[in-house]
Amino acid sequence: MEFGFTIAAYAVAAVLFILSLGGLSNQESAKRAVWYGIAGMAIAVLATLIGPGQGLGVVSIILLALGAAVGYQLATKVQMTQMPELVAIMHSLVGLAAVFVGFNADIMINAISALYAENGGVLGAVGPGGYTAIGLPAAVYDELSSFGQLIAKKTGVEIGILRVELVLGIWIGAVTFTGSVIAYGKLAGKVDTSAKKLPGGHLLNAGAAALSLIFAIMYLGGSGSWTLVLLTLLALFIGYHLIMGIGGADMPVVVSMLNSYSGWAAAAIGFSLGNDLLIVVGALVGSSGAILSYIMCKAMNRSFVSVILGGFGGPAGEQQAVEGEQIAIEADGVASALNEADSVIIIPGYGMAVAQAQTAVSELVKKLRAAGKTVRFAIHPVAGRLPGHMNVLLAEAKVPYDIVLEMDEINEDFPDTDVAIVIGSNDIVNPAAQDDPNSPIAGMPVLECWKAKQVFVSKRGQGTGYSGIENPLFFKENTRMFYGDAKASLDKLLPMID
Amino acid sequence: MKIGTPKESFEGEARVAMTPDSAGQLQKLGHSCMIEAGAGLRAGFTDADYEAAGVEIAKTPAALWKAADVVAKVRVPDEAEMKRLRAGQTLISFFSPVADEAKMQAAAKKGATVIAMEMIPRISRAQKMDALSSMANIAGYRAVIEAGNNFGRFFTGQITAAGKVPPAKVLVVGAGVAGLAAIGTSTSLGAITYAFDVRPEVAEQVESMGAEFVYLDFEEEQQDGSSSGGYASVSSPEFREAQLAKFRELAPEVDIVITTALIPNREAPELWTEDMVKAMKPGSVIVDLAAEKGGNCKLTVKDEKIVTENGVTIVGYTDFPSRMGTQASSLYATNIRHLMTDLTPEKDGEIVHNMEDDVIRGATIAHDKEVTYPPPPPKVAAIAAAPKKEKAKELTAEEKRANEVAAFKKQTQTQVGLLAVGGALVLAVGLIAPASFMQHFIVFVLSVFIGFQVIWGVAHSLHTPLMAVTNAISSIIILGALIQIGSSSLLITALAALSVFMAAINIFGGFLVTRRMLAMFQKS
Repeated sequence: MEFGFTIAAYAVAAVLFILSLGGLSNQESAKRAVWYGIAGMAIAVLATLIGPGQGLGVVSIILLALGAAVGYQLATKVQMTQMPELVAIMHSLVGLAAVFVGFNADIMINAISALYAENGGVLGAVGPGGYTAIGLPAAVYDELSSFGQLIAKKTGVEIGILRVELVLGIWIGAVTFTGSVIAYGKLAGKVDTSAKKLPGGHLLNAGAAALSLIFAIMYLGGSGSWTLVLLTLLALFIGYHLIMGIGGADMPVVVSMLNSYSGWAAAAIGFSLGNDLLIVVGALVGSSGAILSYIMCKAMNRSFVSVILGGFGGPAGEQQAVEGEQIAIEADGVASALNEADSVIIIPGYGMAVAQAQTAVSELVKKLRAAGKTVRFAIHPVAGRLPGHMNVLLAEAKVPYDIVLEMDEINEDFPDTDVAIVIGSNDIVNPAAQDDPNSPIAGMPVLECWKAKQVFVSKRGQGTGYSGIENPLFFKENTRMFYGDAKASLDKLLPMID
Repeated sequence: MKIGTPKESFEGEARVAMTPDSAGQLQKLGHSCMIEAGAGLRAGFTDADYEAAGVEIAKTPAALWKAADVVAKVRVPDEAEMKRLRAGQTLISFFSPVADEAKMQAAAKKGATVIAMEMIPRISRAQKMDALSSMANIAGYRAVIEAGNNFGRFFTGQITAAGKVPPAKVLVVGAGVAGLAAIGTSTSLGAITYAFDVRPEVAEQVESMGAEFVYLDFEEEQQDGSSSGGYASVSSPEFREAQLAKFRELAPEVDIVITTALIPNREAPELWTEDMVKAMKPGSVIVDLAAEKGGNCKLTVKDEKIVTENGVTIVGYTDFPSRMGTQASSLYATNIRHLMTDLTPEKDGEIVHNMEDDVIRGATIAHDKEVTYPPPPPKVAAIAAAPKKEKAKELTAEEKRANEVAAFKKQTQTQVGLLAVGGALVLAVGLIAPASFMQHFIVFVLSVFIGFQVIWGVAHSLHTPLMAVTNAISSIIILGALIQIGSSSLLITALAALSVFMAAINIFGGFLVTRRMLAMFQKS
């Protein structure tokens, strides 16, 4: 049975998905775009349910409903500061599903070839005139599920390619699964966020990758399903170890990379199932994640490989010594400076998310704007733990998005700004990136907040940032350190603003 | 420790080294404070103010010197006070190790520790205790006020019903702390202000204060002020000639001249000569802030105001900070308080005299029965050497055009290169793979291409919703699971069922959370 209708539905769904991604180009069209995505998904699932997936329709619908209930719970309960964790754990689900579907394909191939053997034929043999599925009685063929029929019709070469694809799908899926679980653990603070490696470091990863290549070749050579299982275990290990070796502040790259992987896994599975919609969507998601990773890396002036291999490279030479001292200030000092200022720029970072200070920040902004001051936000591309993390947090706190600006839009305005407030960010405002060619972050684009007339830094203590680099900003003459938890500090500050 | 401040014995001195405010801060460091009765009166602080701040009042100087572990004052101690100074006591005051060498020797012999405020090194860390700067700031301000007091006209230009008033022209010589303060005061009063300094690198600071920097037509590698700790040094005779020539040119024009040129440990250089004074208009005013060291103008009489034959007033006061007793006291007391903060690292009222610390070491001139002047050079340079500026080359139109063409060519090259490599790869796959695979492959390649085109357009601020959406739609893998779930094999069905369940979580969770996020983005 062919499903012409299903294919047509898939075409519609694919267009809807593309529109849904394209609509994210601005905040207003995005609200419409998400509906395109939902419609696309609904069409695709329905078409499959009444088409090739009608085997156990009722069970499928029950499972869908169960999944929907869990998904609803997750989506409505999650705090906006926990978005990175949620995204990471959801990636792991896609990865695991890809592994399962891949294994199913393998089991099916085995089952079908056993079926052929029973009937005295060979799976994949091609008869005269190019006919396949030789030696299988029509009755047996008809009894197969649609997926079984698909495999039964394939030639030997096609079966080979199918296996390549499913190996790829399983491997990428497995790496995504453990990688995402570890990323989740790190983001949720359940796993130590510092970069940790087993002895052997990257050699261990390289070894595991080489070994899985050998198993893949053995599997393709017909060594049986046990090679596939071992390969999966190796991939699980790689995912675990790779992400363990990456520190907290590199998480934006990691999460977008895993996002990309989950897409590629879906695409690979799409190939093995001969399903074009899976391929289209997988490719869309894969390239989206890849671009996000690229943007993040560019914002840190580091190559993708160096982020994934973990840690900052050693300094290129003697770093400039930081001279001067960090001068502390109390809330009243900050308040009087703010009361006198005309223009204020706020630079939020991960510290704001940790302290859950976004609502307090929003309150402050409201008060300052009510007093007729220009208040804007400057967002560095890698601020936070997820691409666009700060934007979402500020949006949650009801900060209007048109005063939240990107680095390139606002960097030139600092010299005309009276007060810059740095809340919980460090490396993204480090002037060493520009001044000190030997600094490990030299060349990274940074927010030039020190050009403002006065800079206040809200920070928990005197420690260094993620990269472990001293930040000369804190020692500048126009910088005052406003020590303390960001939320507590802001709460103290708020009543003093008139 | 008990910190005591006596009444200044110097005739006419209005400043006091402790204010009720600074006393409160000192007590936070764990110290107790004491002040001689009436010490703050001339600076506007009564004994009652001090008592309210928790300061003990000593009736006589003798009682104070006896009880205090640390004596903080403004002027160098006089003979009577030197006698009261005792072993183990710490004295903090202005104390010139050159001019008051005998007193320094005497204090060292007694075993007292002396911290001289003028010896605080000029490094950024020590700025908050730099009393020379805070006093110079006041002197600069007050110099303009004194000048205005003796000047018969407005500073600012006005056009009134009663006639037009031209603005006053002010020349400030030496753009140190005092000079800059004078510039700021003068410009804010509305005068046209010129400023000169031998260090060309301060031109930027001068201009930032709203004054015009007077440049000399002089070709010489001028010395970088940073090599001498930010102070001016002696200039060559040729340079001096060029400078005086410029001043001669300006003298008939300017109404007010404020000279602040000092070179550390030297007589003040003569910059405003007699003939310049003669060339000035009657009614003009000269305020010589270098009067203490002989004056930048030789006609200056220390501590006095004179009027020359041609009607130019020359003010030679040396007590400008004291003339603003309240302001000077609160700044000086804050300087002292910052110094005490550094001396009390644990904030427990215990003084740790750390001779390894650049600032403390530099300012200490007598310690442990020894004279500790001069200090070794500080470990960190006072101010960063100005980087050698390279002029950005102005590009001509042709060069710009050439650059654009080159950039375009390079872009074309990379693009064509990528396309060629990509195309070759696709073709290579096509050579070995069967047609049924290629049918899917073309879909894949096109989708990747579309993906790249579409995603570049996504707003940065929407990257998190983008991830949530892609997450939701990557659960399209559910289709695979749905197709497989109807299989006859129980294992397949079980795995597929699990996959359906997980993918469903993702679909619903992903889309819902995206919607939730997008709903939050609001325009103002």
